[in-house]
Amino acid sequence: MASVEFRSVTKSFGSFNAVSDVSFSIGDGEFVCLLGPSGCGKTTSLRMIAGLETPTLGQVLIGGQDVTHYHPKDRQISMVFQDYALYPHMNLADNIAYPLKVRGKSVSERHGRAREVADVLKIGHLLDRLPSQISGGQQQRTSLARALVYPSQVYLFDEPLSNLDAKLRLEARGFLNHLQRDMGMTAVYVTHDQAEAMALATRIAVMDQGRIVQYASPIEIYRLPATTFVANFVGNPPMNLVEVEASHGNGSLQLRADGLSIAPLPMTDVIGKALATSSKLTLGVRPEHLHIAQGSAPNTITAALFANENMGPESLVTVDRADAGRVTARIFTDDHLQLGETVTLAFSPEHVHLFNSKGDRIPAAGE
Amino acid sequence: MKLTLSAFVGRIAFSALAALIGAAFALPLLWFLFAPFNARAELGLALPDPWTLSNFVTVFGNNFAVQALWNSLIQSVGGVILVGAAATLAAYALSRSSLPGKGAVTYILLLFSSVVSGSAAMVPIFLIVSAAGLIDTHLAVILTFAGGLLPTAMFILRDFIDSIPKSYEESAMVAGASPVQAFFDVALPVIRPGIVVVVVWSFVNIWGSFLIPFILLRSDDQMPASVAIYSFYSEAGTPIVTLLAAYSLIYSLPVIVLYLFVSWKFGFRFFGGIKA
Repeated sequence: MASVEFRSVTKSFGSFNAVSDVSFSIGDGEFVCLLGPSGCGKTTSLRMIAGLETPTLGQVLIGGQDVTHYHPKDRQISMVFQDYALYPHMNLADNIAYPLKVRGKSVSERHGRAREVADVLKIGHLLDRLPSQISGGQQQRTSLARALVYPSQVYLFDEPLSNLDAKLRLEARGFLNHLQRDMGMTAVYVTHDQAEAMALATRIAVMDQGRIVQYASPIEIYRLPATTFVANFVGNPPMNLVEVEASHGNGSLQLRADGLSIAPLPMTDVIGKALATSSKLTLGVRPEHLHIAQGSAPNTITAALFANENMGPESLVTVDRADAGRVTARIFTDDHLQLGETVTLAFSPEHVHLFNSKGDRIPAAGE
Repeated sequence: MKLTLSAFVGRIAFSALAALIGAAFALPLLWFLFAPFNARAELGLALPDPWTLSNFVTVFGNNFAVQALWNSLIQSVGGVILVGAAATLAAYALSRSSLPGKGAVTYILLLFSSVVSGSAAMVPIFLIVSAAGLIDTHLAVILTFAGGLLPTAMFILRDFIDSIPKSYEESAMVAGASPVQAFFDVALPVIRPGIVVVVVWSFVNIWGSFLIPFILLRSDDQMPASVAIYSFYSEAGTPIVTLLAAYSLIYSLPVIVLYLFVSWKFGFRFFGGIKA
């Protein structure tokens, strides 16, 4: 196991910067998720750790050693590919043992080790099948077995669960989580699924347009999103963002928007600094922090019902604020709400997030 | 459902017409199957009476004819090995490398190859081969065919390799394989069905060709079977039908056998990538 470090890494394809000036470090035994929408540079970053892409600028270090120009085979790494990349002409035993074959191990050692790993992953009874003769979940475990069959410094995962159906994905996610904590391996995991990142990672690097927007523990990413981008990407459903017009006086902050009724908030220096550039702020409230209220109390958003989706234990209630966007609440209720009916959603002031006009978080007092 | 009378008549008429067209195509094939076994074969179709192998005995007694089959084999196999190996390496490089203008290279080669293997290029080809001192050698035929067939072979194979995910070799390299190991262990077995297609296609091309060996070769002991068939004409130019038929059957067997073998062994079926 080893640490991984990026030092001012840039990767350009022609004039397009897939990754721009990214620096971060991953500690020994950490499970880091690179999270972001497609095209944000997360896969390119992973491929640079693997050596499948060479940075245009900057250095990549594994275990403190500069490996920027090392061939993948010299990096002592394992990787699970999104399409699994199982060799169609080899049976599962040979697929799993291939890394041992290129290391010159004997056939008996190879097959012995392949069986051990396969048994752990519950595919031991399939070893003489071809990849085309097993299910998608079994293929996924085979590619995982191939990555685990030899000791590596870093384990890389490129959206390994995205080709599985929902139930299998949950199962595989739990297994991966257990495996990583059990082995204490250093893992880098690329995903666009925030739930996967939250469940697996010890730290998440949220990426957008080739840059890391926030690099923190899952709970910090959820509680204190650094930007509106992070707020809008993490959470299921993501945080509601409402554009507000701010004014202040007498040490209190007054926010105004259509349908929004909010009690004055305490004014702080950082808010003052944000207001110096623009009086437009963004207010954020997570769907799980909203509940249905009656009448017009303070700290509420009132609008016409747009959709009421029953998810079993809870419902997603979405109201439409016309031109100002929609707001969704996650509530435990089976109230009979009628489409077009006016609904009031209430929140408490400690669950309010504020962002400045550029989308950066304004830290609350005491943060 | 009850068939109306007119629909019934229509169906019969259609089937009869189809049978007639089928027969028109089947007749030459039937002749091709019957005539070699008929000691008195003529250009008309007739059942052999009695069935005999005497035509084959005469053919195998003709040293020139037997040598020609052997020559065909040397030239075809030589050409196939050259085309197969060179096309695989070139197509792999063109598919996997990030050379600028690699697409243009393939298309320009493809364009020129249709000229090179055409009869328009016969004179320059003859001059080049002659200047290289290769006239009347197997090598001349092999090289000329390799030059003519390679661009198309590369084009077919490149398309095939392009459709195979790069992640096969990438996963091999991450697992510790050198690029050469990754090619031989992982890429080559996966692209083998594509290579088989190219091999069969180039074998059939060289085996069946007439013009290029006819021009580049002079002595009787270098001529391939396609040219040797001419020896079964009398001096007045009329074909000796009995021998011609027997020889033609022998001449077409390797191609048929090759198709059957490949179809049995590979089934012309491609390993698809795993569903992405």
